[in-house]
Amino acid sequence: MSEELHPVRLTVNGVTHRVEVPARRLLSDALRHDVGLTGTHVGCEHGVCGACTVLVDGDPVRSCLMLAVSAADHEITTVEGLAAPDGTLSPVQQAFAECHGLQCGFCTPGFLTTITAGLRENPCPSHEQAREMIAGNLCRCTGYQNIVKAVERAAQIGASDKAAS
Amino acid sequence: MKPAPFGYRRPSTVAEAVRELAADSGAKVLAGGQSLIPLLSMRLAAPSLLVDINEIPGLDAIEVDERGVRIGALARHAAVLADPDVRRVQPLVSLALANVAHATIRNRGTTVGSLVHADAAAEMPVVLLLTGGSVEVQGPSGRRTIAAPDLYVGPLESSLAHDEIAVAAFFPALAPGAGVAFSEIARRHGDYALVGAAALVTGRGQDETVRVGYLSAGDLPTVVDLTGVDETELGDAALAHLDPGDDIHATAAYRAQLVRVLTRRVVRAARAHAEGAER
Amino acid sequence: MTTKLMGQRVQRVEDQRFLRGQGRYVDDVAVENGTLHAAVLRSPHAHARIIDIDVSALLDMDGVHAVFTYDDLADFTPEMAEPLPLLIPHPALTHGRTQYALAKDEVNYVGEAIAFVVADDRYVAEDAVGQIVVDYEVLTPVVGIPTARAARNLVHDDIPGNVAAHFEQNVGDAQAAIAGAPHRLSLDLSIERSACMPMEGRGVVARWDRDLNRLQLWASTQTATGVRAAVAVKMGLDLGQVDVITPDVGGGFGVKINHPWPEDLLVPMAAKLLGRMVKFTEDRREHFISSAHERGQDQHIEVGFDDEGRILGLDVEFWHDHGAYTPYGLIVPIITSTQLLGPYKPQNYRVVFESLYTNTVIVTPYRGAGRPQGVFAMERTMDAIAQYLGKDRTQVRAVNFIRPDEFPFDHGLIFQDGRPLIYDSGDYPQSLEKIKALIGWDDFPALQAEMAAQGRRFGIGLACYVEGTGVGPYEGGHVHIETTGKVKVATGLTTQGQGHATVFAQLVADELGVKFEDVEVVTGDTRRMPYAVGTYASRAAVMSGSAIHLAAKRAKEKALKIAADALEADPDDLQIVDGVVSVKGSPGTSIDLGTVAVLSNPLRYAFDEKSKLATQFSVGHPDRPPVPRGEEPGLEGKDFYSPDRATFASGMHAAIVETSEDTAEITIHKYAVVHDCGHLINPMIVEGQIHGGVAQGIGGALYERMAYDDAGQLLNASFMDFLIPYVSEIPDGIAVDHLETPSPLNPLGIKGAGEAGVIPGSAVLAAAIEDAEKLPVTAMPISPSDLFTLRLEHTQ
Repeated sequence: MSEELHPVRLTVNGVTHRVEVPARRLLSDALRHDVGLTGTHVGCEHGVCGACTVLVDGDPVRSCLMLAVSAADHEITTVEGLAAPDGTLSPVQQAFAECHGLQCGFCTPGFLTTITAGLRENPCPSHEQAREMIAGNLCRCTGYQNIVKAVERAAQIGASDKAAS
Repeated sequence: MKPAPFGYRRPSTVAEAVRELAADSGAKVLAGGQSLIPLLSMRLAAPSLLVDINEIPGLDAIEVDERGVRIGALARHAAVLADPDVRRVQPLVSLALANVAHATIRNRGTTVGSLVHADAAAEMPVVLLLTGGSVEVQGPSGRRTIAAPDLYVGPLESSLAHDEIAVAAFFPALAPGAGVAFSEIARRHGDYALVGAAALVTGRGQDETVRVGYLSAGDLPTVVDLTGVDETELGDAALAHLDPGDDIHATAAYRAQLVRVLTRRVVRAARAHAEGAER
Repeated sequence: MTTKLMGQRVQRVEDQRFLRGQGRYVDDVAVENGTLHAAVLRSPHAHARIIDIDVSALLDMDGVHAVFTYDDLADFTPEMAEPLPLLIPHPALTHGRTQYALAKDEVNYVGEAIAFVVADDRYVAEDAVGQIVVDYEVLTPVVGIPTARAARNLVHDDIPGNVAAHFEQNVGDAQAAIAGAPHRLSLDLSIERSACMPMEGRGVVARWDRDLNRLQLWASTQTATGVRAAVAVKMGLDLGQVDVITPDVGGGFGVKINHPWPEDLLVPMAAKLLGRMVKFTEDRREHFISSAHERGQDQHIEVGFDDEGRILGLDVEFWHDHGAYTPYGLIVPIITSTQLLGPYKPQNYRVVFESLYTNTVIVTPYRGAGRPQGVFAMERTMDAIAQYLGKDRTQVRAVNFIRPDEFPFDHGLIFQDGRPLIYDSGDYPQSLEKIKALIGWDDFPALQAEMAAQGRRFGIGLACYVEGTGVGPYEGGHVHIETTGKVKVATGLTTQGQGHATVFAQLVADELGVKFEDVEVVTGDTRRMPYAVGTYASRAAVMSGSAIHLAAKRAKEKALKIAADALEADPDDLQIVDGVVSVKGSPGTSIDLGTVAVLSNPLRYAFDEKSKLATQFSVGHPDRPPVPRGEEPGLEGKDFYSPDRATFASGMHAAIVETSEDTAEITIHKYAVVHDCGHLINPMIVEGQIHGGVAQGIGGALYERMAYDDAGQLLNASFMDFLIPYVSEIPDGIAVDHLETPSPLNPLGIKGAGEAGVIPGSAVLAAAIEDAEKLPVTAMPISPSDLFTLRLEHTQ
């Protein structure tokens, strides 16, 4: 007996995708395999590492701890949706490049989405708040030193962008 | 690490959800899913049906009045934590919530879901017990209220019937002049605590009552009345009612030590809070 | 004038795709419909005989395409039914043993592969795995070093004492020296198991091309050529029929050097048999129970020393837990036994180890590879000597240092690469001065006393290490200047986040005189560089960096020769700046490198405007061959670098910790690193490597362990319970200072930097905790609960 498929409308980075998935399909897998956006990475599939973090209606959520069927009709932002339409890196992305905030790049999408939302909520974090902002994401390469710097640098870039506009 | 197959319903009323649950003995409720989905992915749980209540309107309400805080089944930890009225009326809820996992998990996880998951290592059941709160559940024959002491019946086991859904939790307001505190020690920031403690102190001098709730100090969330116990005896008095266990992260003896330390800390902090909160 | 890029903090070129979500990791390959997915049935028992495997329930399962067990392997090729290769044989490894791609008759650890299922997707494949019924006769497992040594039960019936190897090396007469020394101490130490835990697990994707009769394989690996050779042998293919491509790799740290994994062979086998692309992506639980671990050792040390703390004789015995099989030979314990010596020169040294079987996951190198254990042994010994003599711990170290004028220093031992252990260069006294300044060693007693007055326990620790890096046998570089002037560079070793595409481009830009942006580097693709070894032992910069530098030199020589012809100048008078060859002092006389590339390839046909320059009626002398004798067409340079032996990086770490009197929690207040990896190519990247290593060292010292129970079940096979530090567990700010003692062994004077940060973690934190607590710390990792237990034991 084959498994029941559910039609689901996923809105990802402003684009609507209609997919048919079994109820058990994790959002992380739907994004990667059904929508084809492989920037969202799967590191543990039990909600601890944070590599799969995406924004659901603007809030960071573990996409491995959400079913694709539950994501229907919500606005999802993945790492692919962070840069400007013209390809300009977002302040957080730019700060990661400047500060060497990544090495293998596997955990990076989860950090970028988390920090993007974090700075939206708190555009001028203190040093402690910058550390707290990334405290739910694992990175095995960087020792976090430069990621914390990148959070602070992104806040700076964000502030100067705002001042310029 | 992928879930086994299951059916899926996404009802739009609680009554409909209850009917779905009643119709399938293998059904489970899906709210935030932050505890359930890992269990599914590890195939430690294999429900036949998930009843996803996330789209039921109105369940995400957080209502605060002078009697207390009523938290709807779909209110996310993050929303409760961010609510200034919650913090004002029952600060222990906010104090404890700040220790629940990480911010990203709190964005999706629900406070009521955490309460009925009935994990003795979780923060919120202890808070419900200590504050004398309750959970409102709806089943085929309507709604009933379960007081916290009646909710926790075994490890990871609540007294909800299979076809009942917790629709809200109620945390009574902190009494005037009372003080609360929460503290826990975890291996990593955001992990389940090795031991955690919450204190509620009311009255002063002869009239003072001291109660402390513990997580990860036994199979069930436990509240111990430490009224009148000498400061130096607090921890040992509490331990008489607790059963901290051994696991790969800590020995029972170490957990007992944490009970002693945390009891002292939270009672002291709750007293300080009561002083400061004197109105 | 082009600025020299060697030594500059150049931003990484690879970041652009990673930041945009456009990295391409192995699970991202072939995401389109039609790719089949594999799942593996793994043993739930640590030790059992397989009586029967029943796969009949799968035969009519929807979406299931194939299931394989051991009995199916010989039908494919005879080699598939043989044990997996023992990659690094050693004469002392008298009882080596490797597993089969799928278990034959017996399983020896929880997680060993038994059956392989291919289905429409991973969900269905896991459903199918759950339907396989295996009848086991459960045997008594051997778990932990003491149990393995006791040998009341055997992992492999025919291997007595559970001993795979007994190996001894001697310099002088250690036992006699110890017996005759003024002072003697002995220590018993142990270090638990840990693991690499890259954020991306293992993975492999295969496509069998029936039209070309060849295999294309994408693997998350530290050695594309290793995968290629292993797969070719097992599948009965010519090497030339197998292409291995390394996509972006989400971290390695050692675990991805050991190939073939069973899935490396089963995936291409299935792809060939089914005529479909097949993918295996390891999940996290599988990574815990079916990849590899490291570290677990018990050690016994005897040391004899004089009044100054100078070691006169050192006798080390240790027992190494290598798990159920020995695919990677004795590399880890050999490194422990040799690198234990660090910056010191005990006159007399004996080291003997046993490598032991247990019914647990195999042990292969994890970043640091045996050195964290060796440094733990040596540095705990140094601290013990200092305490015994009542001397400052840095003084005792200083009297034992190899002096700067003693290099090259021959220890008289054989290193992991089969070559003499000869240190090429270093300056340990200067490192010591730097680390003391960086951590505030001399001021610490005052701080400690001040804190003690407040009832707080502070401690300081220090640890030194020397790391043999850049081991052979060789790596190659290929530099191709295209007619556009762009430079394409290939090297065969793979990359897992170290920024190779950036640092190698820096080297090429410097040597060739081209713009950094015009250089593009490809790693780990056997189609581009079929001769290569792999990324391990902190060797990429030394080996491929040197090879690419030499290759760029060759390309440059050729470019200058052709340009000299075209410009009618002497090659010695030419320079290349920003991709333009010009006559020194006469910048108007110039030709750009792209044009030189055009001229390097005499043509009959013009395919574009530019190539008209190289056609037969526009170039060349009618009475000379268009391609000069001994030359090749095209503007390329290729070279290999194969060193005499390893180059030895070194460093020192120090930490100030606080231990809570109440809760025994351990807080690192300051962590300092002095690091000497010779000339730095890109300090930003080196510091990133150090930060990451330090975090792993802290993880290994305070958080991470493999908690096996007596039945051989891994109790913490998840990120919930295997405690990789978050930012909250890593100190805020790691102080790093560099010393640059160039290596005389390679053209750039560089030494490896990849592993260094992790090596002294356990040693330095044990020392600091011991200093805070005033009780001996002999086993790592140490948790607050462990420390609490230690206090109880100590007061009893």
